[in-house]
Amino acid sequence: MTDSLVDETEVQRAVADAHRREWAFVLAATVRVTGDLDIAEECVQDAYVTALDAWLRRGIPERPGAWLTTAARNRALDLLRRDRTLRTKLPLLVEPPGPVDEGLGGVSGEDEDVIPDDRLRLVFTCCHPALAREAQVALTLRLLCGLSTSEIARAFLVTEPTMAARVTRAKKKITAARIAYRVPPAAELPDRLDAVLTVVHLLYTTGHTAPIGGALVRHDLLERSFDLARMLRILMPDEREVAGLLALMLLTDARRGTRTGPEGRLLLLADQDRTGWDGGAIAEGSALVFVALRGGRVGRFAIQAAIAALHAEAPSYEETDWPQILGLYGELLRVWPSPVVALNRAVALCMVNGPAAALAEVDALEADGRLSGYRYLPATRADLLRRLGRTREAVAAYRVALDLCDNETERAFLTARIAEANAPGTGTPA
Amino acid sequence: MAQYLILIYENEAAYADVSPDMWQTMMQLHGRFMEQVTEKGARIVSSGALEPTSTATSIRSDIVTDGPFVETKEALGGYYLIDANDLDHALDVAKLCPAPNGGVEVRPIMDTSGGA
Repeated sequence: MTDSLVDETEVQRAVADAHRREWAFVLAATVRVTGDLDIAEECVQDAYVTALDAWLRRGIPERPGAWLTTAARNRALDLLRRDRTLRTKLPLLVEPPGPVDEGLGGVSGEDEDVIPDDRLRLVFTCCHPALAREAQVALTLRLLCGLSTSEIARAFLVTEPTMAARVTRAKKKITAARIAYRVPPAAELPDRLDAVLTVVHLLYTTGHTAPIGGALVRHDLLERSFDLARMLRILMPDEREVAGLLALMLLTDARRGTRTGPEGRLLLLADQDRTGWDGGAIAEGSALVFVALRGGRVGRFAIQAAIAALHAEAPSYEETDWPQILGLYGELLRVWPSPVVALNRAVALCMVNGPAAALAEVDALEADGRLSGYRYLPATRADLLRRLGRTREAVAAYRVALDLCDNETERAFLTARIAEANAPGTGTPA
Repeated sequence: MAQYLILIYENEAAYADVSPDMWQTMMQLHGRFMEQVTEKGARIVSSGALEPTSTATSIRSDIVTDGPFVETKEALGGYYLIDANDLDHALDVAKLCPAPNGGVEVRPIMDTSGGA
């Protein structure tokens, strides 16, 4: 290959880069031709394999996404021509482009007409409320991020056959129940968008604190969740909750590096080195908060982002604007009446009105029962009891939290808290 | 167009000794629903209300027994077979279906025409 225009590693890098950035676009546009998710996936996979060789011989195209889409669609048309039985399969319901799609402007192919940008259709199909949440998550990673079944299985710590069955079942339901390949009409958009944002946020939080295992953070999931959030921000610039979600993720992630100490020990917000926070992410996130809060009814992601911004901009834990955070939690509870939000509000209440007031709220939440098994409830309760000097009860509550926790880093933190409370001179031994 | 079966599951106890007035109201609700299906651009292919499960007879490997196939708190009490464009359309219609003492399940009818 001495006469090749580009060297092999450069081509491999270009293909890998196109896989990460263009997969969703290429697949979404190919689905329109095949009317079938499986055949589309196969054709797109083929296009990426072909690209390795073709780009080496003829050079890397100016618009890799358009090149790959054309290759995948040609392969699909070829397949459909040769194998007539493929066409008798139940087709996916592809609606003609609606007003929502028109404004989005696709990528122009080499000698092709404009390729419509169907990524939003793919997003809303993957996150349709008729699919179970775990299926929505799996399909999103598979179809929008191009992850293999084994990669998704690893990310969620299930076996590959389990994940494969989950993906197959979900795809079968899309076809058999005729879940349409389209962007929902305006009247349904807020609810449907909320489901999409929930999936992306779930990917982020799963990456941010892995539920099981030794490592606190899963970088693969974090990167994918940011790719998705940024893609949605570009595709739906007028949706303020999309801005809110991206802001929330940026502002939370800005503190990621300081969440653990030198030996991987978990550090609370109060003990973190604020000079280590990512100023660039905080600036970008804070600017997005203004967009998300502007005008009209404010959504739950926007309010959560506003709270995260107040934390990120505070010079210290004590100098944080706790009264405003408490107010925002009250607002959040109104638009999103979740017991988890009520628990977080109790923490803010502790900073404004003291631990006794907060403990009353937490006890009420415990009695309510909806958070039973949620490890942050006994952990929060333990911290409030510790502040009130009720050491024996605090230790008992830390132990309850420990029993519910499977993340090693968090377990180490709770164990240290129990040892601290039991140490002579700090209170009555339990 | 595709076909979907809307299955109405409700607590039978609520209908055990229903007053004639209440019955009249239920009939009116279903009458209104049938109009709404048409307004939504879907079509009712067939429908029916079932006698309570105390009238059911089950057969398992030729053995005839008294009672429903599965005992549940909320029992199948009626159905609508509808024509709709897609699942969203069917759900849009099914959301309007009266089932004050339970809820409904929507199932696509399998397309068996595609064979080979």
